[in-house]
Amino acid sequence: MSEQESKGLSRRSFMKGAAATAGAALGSGVITGFPTYWAQASKDITITHVGSIYTTNPTVAEQANKDLGFTIQMQTLDNTTLINRLLTQPETVDVADFGNTSMGYFKNKGILMAIPVSEYKYWDQTVPLFTQGTYADGKPYSMQGYAPIKSQYWADASAQEYSTAPTDWLVGIPVMYNADTLGVRPDLVPHKVESWGDFFNSDFAGKVALQDGVNVGVPDAAVALEAAGLMTYVDKGNMTREEIDKTIDLLIELKRAGHFRSFWTNFDQSVQLMASGEVILQSMFAPAATEVRTRGIACQYLPLKEGSRGWYIFQSAMAHLDSGDKLRRDCVMEYMNWCNSGFNGVYFSRQGFYSSVPDLMKAQMSENDYGYWYEGKPATADIIDPFGKVMEKAGAVRDGGSLWDRMGNVGIWNTLMDEDRYLVRRWQDFMAA
Amino acid sequence: MSSMTMSPRIASWLQATPFTLIMTCLVMVPLAIILAVSFMDYGFAEIIPEFYLGNWTDLFRSSLTVDTYATVFRQLAMVWSITLVLGFTISYYLVFHVRSNMWRAIFLAACAIPFWTSGPIRMISWVPLLGREGLVNQALFGMGLIDQPISWLLYSEFSVILVYVNMLTMAMAGPIANSMAKISPSIIQAARDQGASEWQVIQEVIIPLIKPGIVVGTIFIITAVMGDGFLVRAMSGNQMNTPAVAIMNEINAFQFPPAAAKSVVLLVIVLGMVGLLLRFVDIRKELAR
Repeated sequence: MSEQESKGLSRRSFMKGAAATAGAALGSGVITGFPTYWAQASKDITITHVGSIYTTNPTVAEQANKDLGFTIQMQTLDNTTLINRLLTQPETVDVADFGNTSMGYFKNKGILMAIPVSEYKYWDQTVPLFTQGTYADGKPYSMQGYAPIKSQYWADASAQEYSTAPTDWLVGIPVMYNADTLGVRPDLVPHKVESWGDFFNSDFAGKVALQDGVNVGVPDAAVALEAAGLMTYVDKGNMTREEIDKTIDLLIELKRAGHFRSFWTNFDQSVQLMASGEVILQSMFAPAATEVRTRGIACQYLPLKEGSRGWYIFQSAMAHLDSGDKLRRDCVMEYMNWCNSGFNGVYFSRQGFYSSVPDLMKAQMSENDYGYWYEGKPATADIIDPFGKVMEKAGAVRDGGSLWDRMGNVGIWNTLMDEDRYLVRRWQDFMAA
Repeated sequence: MSSMTMSPRIASWLQATPFTLIMTCLVMVPLAIILAVSFMDYGFAEIIPEFYLGNWTDLFRSSLTVDTYATVFRQLAMVWSITLVLGFTISYYLVFHVRSNMWRAIFLAACAIPFWTSGPIRMISWVPLLGREGLVNQALFGMGLIDQPISWLLYSEFSVILVYVNMLTMAMAGPIANSMAKISPSIIQAARDQGASEWQVIQEVIIPLIKPGIVVGTIFIITAVMGDGFLVRAMSGNQMNTPAVAIMNEINAFQFPPAAAKSVVLLVIVLGMVGLLLRFVDIRKELAR
């Protein structure tokens, strides 16, 4: 499909429903050969989509069911349950979402489908973070941690090993991504925070929190330790045993000295820690910082000198679809295309996540929304989230600026280290200390 | 059935069958699987079915086991002694001092009020109370007793014990009150008539008679504290590791074999403690009384 054609595909025309658009809109040759009875036959198909709270919600499910000629059943699961389900009962799932911290679990398992690039309509409009492994300007990004390009392509159709060089088979279709940084209470910090190194500055002793875990909390700690000059790493996102030992020993020392106030396990805890003033500097996810602000409490989420911690969520289809009902597989591909075509992307963009096809979003978001969320422009009117809540007043500028200001300096990616087994074991020692 | 005859032997077998089946399928078989898995190796979210002793050698050689059990036993001892004192006092007042049945019912219902809200909500609501800017610190500050907030009120062993006591006191008070209610007033009257003081009545008459209640309450406390991972994580701000928390950490990392080994050890220890307690008091006999 040419760029020209796909840009002309407005959300409205696309959403007239798969029945009407299957022939017309998809007639560009990407998904070919749908007989006219397709819409009729697919009516009875139900697609099971399991995902996180960020990627599955009733509003989007309702719209999908309206637009497509078949039924989408969404299930929201916590990450542990979701991965366990995919690994032990993959046949009960058609479509699943997961992030870079889970990508290490799918190699050599044979549970995910190798998605042919030719069956995903928007690949040529997808940001090069995923397609090429570079920023928009073509510069390569940090390869520390599970960088997108490390798990974007299958080496071949057998879907066993990843390839960092582009191939014809996708591990997943990138849905959303963002760059995380430290959350700061500007009204309570003793001085301005500009480096991750401040996390271990004694001025903040007893007033910092880390995410509790080896995939996000440990990378955050490693970036901060390196910035503070306490550690050096070859690759913070994939440490050696020796680096793990040194890191954990340092963290134990700091914990015993009372440096940490808490470790959080979920969104609500991180919001509460910040809003209540228990901590003034901590690991945080972008929507949590926004949530603190909507309560009328100042919370900064600024990019720091050493760069941000990047993450992404892929949407994948399960391997069993390839050997099952052809019609069902077609519906799944149709649905996955739908997910990035408009409604869904606009919905989560308005919560602060980035779509992997920003140009498509631009055509479908209001100028004010797109300007605020993607372009770093001051809001010309109040910014309202998809639930109707005012997130920012007119005049506000997004922390960190535009998409590429924020996303263009990733220092490390959320990760799952090769030495995960050893790291988890040592993390247990740290927690017990 | 009247025309059919069945030997008592077969009848007993049939009666025992449903429970045997449930115990076998839902308890013994899963436990056997857990035990088997604990002797296996593991990779990224996969169990490698090869004999591997590493999970067990780590358990018995590392300081992690000692540290986590030291933490949980320390917490158990504190929670048990505090809930015992509170449970006994509350039950004693309700059973022997509140004369009206209506008031007794009202007081009992009042004890249950905190449980009307869900557990997670109750856990979250401790933060505005105990936090640095919480009510307790504000009150102490207002009274001029402190000049900067006390931080050990929250995300500390103190907050863990406090919330355990809040959640578990009724588990101790219930069985004790039940045992007390079975004490015949005439026994106490007899002791009084012999000139026993209230303290002597408690010591010589009531305590020996409520031992089964104390044992049942103790079993509740042991299983609740030893098996809990959620409360201790939330209230310590994930800064404490207990055997149950360690198992949760490994399950979240999809590392099932070491989690299985830790589960077997935890189960054996808890069963051992409960078994030991049951040697002192024959609960079945006492409850049937």
